[in-house]
Amino acid sequence: MAKLLEEFSLGLFFWQTLLFGLLLFLMWKFAWKPILKAVNDREDGIKDALAAAEDAKKEMQNVTADSEKLLKEARAEREAMLKEAREIKDKIVADAKEQAQVEGDKLVKQAQATIESEKKAAVADIKAQVANLSVDIAEKVIKEELSDKKKQLKLVDDMLGDIKLN
Amino acid sequence: MQKNTLTRFLLVVALFLGQFTFASDTEKESGEHGKDLKTEIKEYISHHLQDAHDFSLFSYTKENGEHTYVGFPLPVILWDNGLKVFSSSKFHHGETLAEVDGNYYKLYHSKIYKTDAEGTIHYDEEHHATNVKPLDFSITKNVVMIIVTGLLMLWLFTSLARSYTKNNGVPTGVGRFFEPIVLYIRDDIARPNIGEKRYKKYMPFLLTIFFFIWFLNMFGLTPLGINVTGNIAITVSLAIMTFLITNFTGTKDYWMHQFNPLGDTMPWYAKIPLYVILIPIEILGLFIKPFSLLIRLYANMQAGHIVLMSLIGLMFIFKSWLGSPLSFGLAFAISLIEVLVALLQAYIFTMLSALYFGFASEEHEHDHEHEAEVAH
Repeated sequence: MAKLLEEFSLGLFFWQTLLFGLLLFLMWKFAWKPILKAVNDREDGIKDALAAAEDAKKEMQNVTADSEKLLKEARAEREAMLKEAREIKDKIVADAKEQAQVEGDKLVKQAQATIESEKKAAVADIKAQVANLSVDIAEKVIKEELSDKKKQLKLVDDMLGDIKLN
Repeated sequence: MQKNTLTRFLLVVALFLGQFTFASDTEKESGEHGKDLKTEIKEYISHHLQDAHDFSLFSYTKENGEHTYVGFPLPVILWDNGLKVFSSSKFHHGETLAEVDGNYYKLYHSKIYKTDAEGTIHYDEEHHATNVKPLDFSITKNVVMIIVTGLLMLWLFTSLARSYTKNNGVPTGVGRFFEPIVLYIRDDIARPNIGEKRYKKYMPFLLTIFFFIWFLNMFGLTPLGINVTGNIAITVSLAIMTFLITNFTGTKDYWMHQFNPLGDTMPWYAKIPLYVILIPIEILGLFIKPFSLLIRLYANMQAGHIVLMSLIGLMFIFKSWLGSPLSFGLAFAISLIEVLVALLQAYIFTMLSALYFGFASEEHEHDHEHEAEVAH
């Protein structure tokens, strides 16, 4: 201890304190402050860049999710449209069928009516012809029977029988 | 650009040295032939460990017994009833008296004493000189080295700072070597020991003290024979700064811990008998912390120099084909270890300073711990 005290030099202590204080001040002002600031700025920059990259990644994910959603929607829409089209088609076909049926029925009815009226007309025509024939026959019979009454009658009977067979 | 600065710097140094180095002076050796080699080496080592009033690079003895010193003198500044400034060349390495304004001064064991015209030194019974010692504010070898180290640090780190602005945040040249060290001190010394919020205000001091001690330790390993950090006045000054910063930045919690270490854990009447012992211990601890810092640095550097120089001295004592290479190899190995010690001591000083700053600036850390425990 005594040796230490003997070795202790006040002058050196004074210079050391003074010069170190000065050095501390100068280093603080001109070296450490700008160095630490630059390093901090750089680290902040890296941090920001990383955060930005993370954001971009998230954005990208969002975009992908969005596009997927859009795709899904479009698919659903297409499906719906196809379904609707199918329904419309079916309806049109059914309608057409129905209408055709109705039209056909109508045509058939018309045809039937026409046939009926034709038939009536034909029957009437036949009746008229029968009447004419009858009158003609009657005329011939009368002409014949005027000579032979028996023969006349037999003829009438035969003729009538023939007509009925027709 | 960097290269140009370096060459210019070296040129200035070379010119500076050239001016003085060969202003060497030769003197007659006075009655030193009687000493044997061991005593001479011992004295040489103890002389080297002390501060010097001139910057001697090396010295040798000519065949005719003339002692030649190569180096340059430094200014001596004394306060002895007025400021006295003269060149240390007046002492002729302690062999002559320096006469200034009618006062005589003698350099004796690297200290300046006031003597009479004959230069007699009076001794007490323990063979200590009792002559008056004037206040010595000389620019000694150590002061020169402090200035050189300071300038070197300023040059290195301002150029690092400049390289950031010039190069968009990327260091160039020597800064590439020093930047990781700066970051290491910030991230592995300051941040964990002081805390994320408060470490910033201590950074300049920690960085300055680390590089200052490290550079001076490294200078101590050069053959120039410099022993700045192994000087008690230097380590006292450094430790006092740590002490002052610790206590001036101390928070309320820190002082509460000093004077009321048990807190509210027990009633006041139970604390009194404990505090009779505890408070003096706490207060003693305040001073022991920086004291351990100063002794550790001083003793480590001093011991390293003694071991290294003794091993080198052994070479001259052995003077044999076996002993001398052996001690050379040993000295080489030790000097490699000393390179590590130079860094280690700077690290320890910085680390412990940061630790003490951390204690002093702690705030409500206990409460947070409790909260954390409850949360778990």
